[in-house]
Formats: sequence, structure tokens, C-alpha cells
Amino acid sequence: MNFSVKQRIRYVLSELGQIAFLIKDIFSSLLTFKIIWRDLLFQIYSIGVKSQTVVLVTGGFTGMVLGAQTYFQFHKVKMDTATLAVVSVSLCDELGPVLTALMVAGRVGASIAAEIGTMRVTEQIDALRTLATHPVDYLVLPRMIAAQIALPLLALEAIVVGICSSYLVCVHILGIEHVYLWENMLLYTNDVDIVIGLVKAFIFGGIIALIGCYKGLTCGLGAEGVGLATTEAVVYSSITILITNFFLTLVMGKLVGLL
Amino acid sequence: MIEVRHLQKSFGAAKILNDVSFQIENGESVVIIGRSGGGKSVLLKHIVGLLKPDSGEVLIDGENIELLNERQLLRVREKFGMVFQGAALFDSMTVAENVAFPFRNHKHLTAGEIASRVAAALDMVDLPGTQNRKPAELSGGMRKRVGLARAIVYEPQIVLYDEPTTGLDPIVSDSIDKLIIRVRDQLKVTSIVVTHDMRSARRVGNHVLMLHDKSIYANCTPESLFASPDPIIRQFVDGVADAKECLI
Repeated sequence: MNFSVKQRIRYVLSELGQIAFLIKDIFSSLLTFKIIWRDLLFQIYSIGVKSQTVVLVTGGFTGMVLGAQTYFQFHKVKMDTATLAVVSVSLCDELGPVLTALMVAGRVGASIAAEIGTMRVTEQIDALRTLATHPVDYLVLPRMIAAQIALPLLALEAIVVGICSSYLVCVHILGIEHVYLWENMLLYTNDVDIVIGLVKAFIFGGIIALIGCYKGLTCGLGAEGVGLATTEAVVYSSITILITNFFLTLVMGKLVGLL
Repeated sequence: MIEVRHLQKSFGAAKILNDVSFQIENGESVVIIGRSGGGKSVLLKHIVGLLKPDSGEVLIDGENIELLNERQLLRVREKFGMVFQGAALFDSMTVAENVAFPFRNHKHLTAGEIASRVAAALDMVDLPGTQNRKPAELSGGMRKRVGLARAIVYEPQIVLYDEPTTGLDPIVSDSIDKLIIRVRDQLKVTSIVVTHDMRSARRVGNHVLMLHDKSIYANCTPESLFASPDPIIRQFVDGVADAKECLI
């Protein structure tokens, strides 16, 4: 038992070390390699545009459920018109970036790990290296930058769709007075809430691409290796997003004076 | 010139290469033979810096590549072209995009110049007009030829072939052998071919290295290899499981 714990710790430290080396390579690539715009735009399309359905459904239904639940509680204390303000702040600070990142981790993180993992097992990454191309320049950097551009935009989209769908539920189904609802939302939602959400989404984008690429580049051989890398990419990036979100909330709360 | 000195490599507890040393002069055509799992492909990957040895050195034109990091190795790898066992074509790209891949960072070439270089490379491997096809639409032999076109399109000094005829029928194997000879003679490149195919070894090599028991067992011309009475060499050359069945 003791031995297996030791082995586990060694494995985790080894993985963290390899991720640190990958981050170093990414920075080195960022400083020395000229980004090929066509590759970057393709990745933005692949990560951002192709995630539209997932993000719209997530944002829309999260906003509607949150609006309804908040109304059920606030109605008891006659605070119906504060419903959209709670929905808006929750979506901007937490739910928008976190749920978007979790959904994109499932779709994009898995896809990145599977694509790069398949390239590894079919020797395409070795072929890249023999063609004098660094795998980090060609595979990792465009995905990192694209994810960090796409995630804030997707999170913003989820927030807007969530607020709009919640507004529709509150006004047309729950019968809340729309003027007070809207004015209260504007009163209690600050610019800083949106900035916090976008900063979080930017960081989550980096986490998804980094873990997806790392798992792909280091995946085991054969179909089993690719399958495992794909699963681990989704699980590890989701867990990392949730843990990072807690610390980001504390740090940014401190920075903007909420703590 | 390629020089390998006292190369050792293990994967976990399994030792693959032990004190392997040899030299390959510019323009030579060397065939590396040996049993499956004997470390031939591992040796080839050390020559191009895809694997790092546990100890020993690989010198390319006098430069010890073991001292270089991955980014510095990119400069050395511009001297190499490599044909992989499974062709390793980028399956999301067309044939033309695969063959043109080495030029993606060469901004001094126009699109028209790249297209004509790609067409010339495909002509050389007898695949004209296949530019717009995807790797999935090609047969095994065609994929290897496209892999060869991609390896030679930028006119490297050294071309490495990892089992170029494995899994192909004898007629396609023969055409690949002829291609290797044509590339060697027309482009004046140094060729290193890893193979089990003794017919191919005799045809394409002017020098043979035989790996046996983790080190170089024979380093000679194909003629002397095929005439050798050594039982280990004979067993491999004659392709018999039992050494008593050898022809000589």
C-alpha cells in the first residue's frame, strides 16, 4: 500500500514535470516561431465556431433554470424583481465561464487529445520532426492561442444567451414586471463581473488546450492508448477547471476588493 | 558523413542496442538488416535524433547531435528525409499538401514554385496527377511512394527508409526498390535502408550492416554477405528457422 502511494506520487510529480517542460516549450515557441495565421484561424473555427450548439444550449438552459429556481426562493420574500440580477451576476462570475469551459473540455479537449494521440501512434509526429518542424510549433501553439481567444468569446455568448433566456422565462412565464427586472440587473451587475468571467474563460481555454495536447503527445501506443488519453484529457481538464476556478475566485475577489 | 560511436539503448529492462559503432560515407547506400525486434528501426531513429541514446554518440558531418536540444536538432534534420514503415502521411491533408509540407516555413518560394516542385517529386515516384487525393484513398504502395516524394522534395543529403517494402506484394516491392535506386543515383543522396527483405538488400545496398544480438555482427558488401559461410549470417540470408537447413 505504502509502495503504491509512493508510485502514485512519483507518477503525478513526473506528469507535472512534463507539463512544466511543455509550458516552457510553448513559451519558447511563442517567442521564436512565426505563427501561421491559416492554422490559427482553422483552430479558432474548430474550437469556437464548432462549439456553438453546445454553448448555446448550455447558456440558454442554465439561464432558464437559474431564473426559475431563483424566482421560487425570492418570491417567498417578495424579491421577485431581483431574480435577473442574481442570474446575471452568477452567470458572469461563475456559471458562464465554468460551464462553457466544462462543455468545451468535453468536446474540444477530447478531440485535441484524440487527434494528436492518433498522430503519435501512426508516427505522424515523428514525421513532423524529421521534416524539421517542432511539434509544439505546429500542433500545440495554434491550439493554445485559439482556445484562449475562443473561450472568452464563447463564455460571453453563454452569459448573454443565459441572461436573455432567463429574462424571457421571468417575464413571459413567471410574470415578473420587466422594467424592474431589467433595471435591477443593470444596477447589480458591474463591469468587473464581466471582466472576471472573461479572465477565467481565458485561463480555462489555456487549461483545456494544454491538457488535451499534453495527453495526446504522451499517449500510449495503440487504440487503447488513444482512448485512455482522450478520457484523461476530459477528466483532468474538467477537474483542473473546477479547482482553478475556486482559487481564481478568491484571488480575483481579493483584487477587486470583494474579500 | 554519419558516424555512430558506442551507441547503447535500453527500454526499461530490455537492452536493445549495445556498443553499436559504424561509419557511413557521403553518397553510400547502406542496408541495415537483422531480425524483427532487433533494434534496426531504433538505430535509424537515433541517426535522425528521434531517440536519445543511453550512452554513445551520433555525429552528422562531425556534429554530435546528442548535445543538441529538440529545436537545435531541427537544423540538422533539414539534411534528412525519412520514409516511415507506415508512410506516416498527414491524413487530414491531400497528397499535394503532404508533399509540400517541408516548404511551409520557406517563405522565399512562391505557390507556383512549390506546386512545380511537388509535381516533379510525384513524377519521380511515378504518381503524377495524384495531388488532390487523400492518403486514405491510396494503396499501401502508393502511400509509401508519396512518403518518399515528401522525403525527397526538398532534396535532402541523406534519405532514411524504415522497412520500405514490408507488407507489399513482390511487384510493388520491386518498384519501390527501383525508386530507391533511382533516387540514390539521380539525387546523389546517402541512403540508409532498414529491411528484412534480402532481395531488396542485395539490390539497393552497396554496403550491409547486420544487427545481431544487440550489436553490429557484420559490416560488409552485399556480395560478401551473401557468400558468407557464417552460420548466423547464413540462417538470416537463407531465411530458415533451423540453422541446419542452411543452403551452404
